[in-house]
Amino acid sequence: MSIVTVQLGQCGNQIGHEVFSALCSDIRGTHGLCSKNENQSYQDSCKERFFCEEESAVPVARAVLVDMEPKVISQALSMAASSGHWRYSSHSHFCQKQGSGNNWANGYCVHGPRHKEAIMNLVQKEAERCDRLGGFFTIMSMAGGTGSGLGAFVTQCLRDAFPTSFILNHVIWPYGTGEVIVQNYNSVLTLSHLYHSSDALLVHENDVIHKICAQLMNIKQISFRDVNQVIAHQLGSVFQPTHPAGGGSGYSRNPLGDLMETLVPHPEFRMLGLRNIPQMPESSLPYSTFSWPGLLKHLRQMLIANAQMEEGIDWQVRPPQPGSSIPSTNKPLHFNTSIANLLILRGKDVHSVDVGSFQDPSLYTSWLNPQDAFNAWKTPRAFNKYEKSAALVSNSQFLLKPLDSIVGKAWNMFASK
Amino acid sequence: MTQSVVVQVGQCGNQVGCRFWDLALREHAAVNKKGIYDEALSSFFRNVDTRSGDNGPDIYKGKICSLKARALLIDMEEGVVNEILQGPLRDVFDSKQLITDVSGSGNNWAVGHKIYGCQYRENIVEKLRKTAEYCDCLQCFFIIHSMGGGTGSGLGTFVLNLLEEEFPEVYRFVTSVYPSGEDDVITSPYNSVLAMKELNEHADCVLPIENESLFEIVNKIHQMINSGKLGSTVKQSSLVTSSAGNAKTLPEKPFDAMNNIVANLLLNLTSSARFEGSLNMDLNEISMNLVPFPRLHYLVSSLTPLYTLADVNVPSRRLDQMFSDAFSRDHQLIQADPKHSLYLACALLVRGNVQVSDLRRNIERLKPSLHFVSWNQEGWKTGLCSVPPVGHSHSLLALANNTCVKPTFIELKDRFMKLYKKKAHLHHYLQIDGMEQSCFSEAIASLSDLIEEYNELDATKGGPRIDPSRLKIAV
Repeated sequence: MSIVTVQLGQCGNQIGHEVFSALCSDIRGTHGLCSKNENQSYQDSCKERFFCEEESAVPVARAVLVDMEPKVISQALSMAASSGHWRYSSHSHFCQKQGSGNNWANGYCVHGPRHKEAIMNLVQKEAERCDRLGGFFTIMSMAGGTGSGLGAFVTQCLRDAFPTSFILNHVIWPYGTGEVIVQNYNSVLTLSHLYHSSDALLVHENDVIHKICAQLMNIKQISFRDVNQVIAHQLGSVFQPTHPAGGGSGYSRNPLGDLMETLVPHPEFRMLGLRNIPQMPESSLPYSTFSWPGLLKHLRQMLIANAQMEEGIDWQVRPPQPGSSIPSTNKPLHFNTSIANLLILRGKDVHSVDVGSFQDPSLYTSWLNPQDAFNAWKTPRAFNKYEKSAALVSNSQFLLKPLDSIVGKAWNMFASK
Repeated sequence: MTQSVVVQVGQCGNQVGCRFWDLALREHAAVNKKGIYDEALSSFFRNVDTRSGDNGPDIYKGKICSLKARALLIDMEEGVVNEILQGPLRDVFDSKQLITDVSGSGNNWAVGHKIYGCQYRENIVEKLRKTAEYCDCLQCFFIIHSMGGGTGSGLGTFVLNLLEEEFPEVYRFVTSVYPSGEDDVITSPYNSVLAMKELNEHADCVLPIENESLFEIVNKIHQMINSGKLGSTVKQSSLVTSSAGNAKTLPEKPFDAMNNIVANLLLNLTSSARFEGSLNMDLNEISMNLVPFPRLHYLVSSLTPLYTLADVNVPSRRLDQMFSDAFSRDHQLIQADPKHSLYLACALLVRGNVQVSDLRRNIERLKPSLHFVSWNQEGWKTGLCSVPPVGHSHSLLALANNTCVKPTFIELKDRFMKLYKKKAHLHHYLQIDGMEQSCFSEAIASLSDLIEEYNELDATKGGPRIDPSRLKIAV
């Protein structure tokens, strides 16, 4: 099944470009560490999902690029074409002359209705190019005007036009100390609207990725390109083909559906977070070795202590003891309770990994069985030159604090004077 | 890509405007090596086929044939505009973009606004329409004028009114040069206050400039060059005050250095809209983010660095120095000290080889020493443009909506009241058709209200921060 990506606004288009680049370079790499057949079937599956093969041999990304001003889209198109390994279709983009001015209302109430037909036409065409449509993946930021406002409108249109398709929104949480002064207003408006139409929101916070770049990737002068590449790596580790949970040969044919099934058991809780280890500069990879128990131990602690990267984890945080009569509302406040978790493991010896530590019922809420709340997907084919790579997608309390902070600031700005 | 039109009114406006076009050509020449007319150029210039005379058609793509500025030059006396038309920039301006008269406004706002306004209204509207027709997507009008004189102040604000009526959806950014204390025009307080009322009501954004500040910056640079304290030499073309590096050598005129600073301000302001970058900041975003309430639209600007040394290695300490300088008193373009007043909002537009981590690091570093209003504690707007200005590897423009403009306005009000109490020079104004005493009292009331709004905000500074209580959700 194929996924159609909709890139919205400057942020969406810049990240989208890095995602397709990462996916392409992964399947072209020879570090699969698995049999040739396995590698071939991995490549085919990825290509079917994200690219459209044309006679011209260069795969064309299944993407629609939308922005209200032309500079970013033309940059993305030319960068993709110059890579020589993949490109965007020349007819799948829509842009206007003048941006949205960081104004959510401009994006949602003005640009949205005005350009609805044109944008939905492009989406329809992309959808028709797919043999089987697996759903939509939209990339946007919350702080600006186009990604946030127009993004919310487009998501609604997608929901209206494709009522039975899955829609996964990838949302970028802005830096806490501000990129845009009205970002809190834009964010609150976006989240509330997206919640109605989207199936799940996958969130990446700029602050967190920035720290990963600084401390783990050792980048001295971090540019947005670096941030976007880390995000692309994390997304790739989730969306590249995996074997379905029940084992069996062949790669999963319904990535978005499987994702939603495992992670969104309750419609009220749709915010998903992503953790991926290990992360390090490419130059250090040949000198590092990892063990699955070590990786899983770190991931588990990262989950319950709400840490976003391997350094600085608070090992003191422990789940409450099972069997004691503490009701779930009394759990220690810094313990991150999960609703559902999905572990995606890629690389060497992956089938021998014991994931029992994630099935501990004390990690989860009381109304869900750990057997239903936890799933693991394993793939022997290594991802993006990492011999072993583990990604954890979780539906948990991790966004509580940032969300509260944004709502607080927006309310402050609104209610004073 | 959007286009902007520059309307330069009066002697000051035209002299600054002239420097702006010269530096704009220089900047685009440095970036556009192949001579192809691209989108960046189209934001300020038209490409006209002049082989068949001046009325040739516009060429939208391909090689540059003849660049014409998207500008309107207005002056009620001929001297300044004639000088421009005989100078090296004569080919950049279309003869149809000029509106001139002979006798000038006599430093009288009423003459500029009421008499010449009425007389030239049709002419101005027609020429504005023409310029707008050449634009694919007109986003912004830049008005450059001074507040103290007659034409720039009076006719300039009349044009501002016109723009609001005829093009309500297009932004109006006004660069106003405020008179300094020792201004030689006696009636400048009257002219300025009358003009302020118009700016309060009809402009989207005002960038006030004071000659004193420009003068101090020019002096500072002179000292820097002549003192010989620095080991390496300063790159001539990098001076924010220099006209060096253009193909056409102009004889240096007295106000050129100061006007170059203002020209650089406008270039940096529009750089992210013209060139690419990793975090674009368009002109409509400036107004959206920096103007919390419609009347408080006065932005204090500062430009750094003022010059570059010829040595190529720029350690990141210099980068941090650039950020610190932007908040210091000496770099502001009006006589004000934003660090000790209250910030309503702040925007940082960085150009060149600066990445988001440098930006974040410096914001974290400088934030503790700045006072922000309680409902906008982390209110920063940032923009990153990859193309640096000529002669620099990076530069920073800081725009602040800050209560430090208050002293400037209070001084203006005091000077106005000194004259008004004695009714000195009033008869020159009142004898103009359409001028009455009420114009004056309304103008001073408008200014007083503005000062009062800033006062109220200042009163909240430093006080205990009481956040409004959060909404309770019915469960």
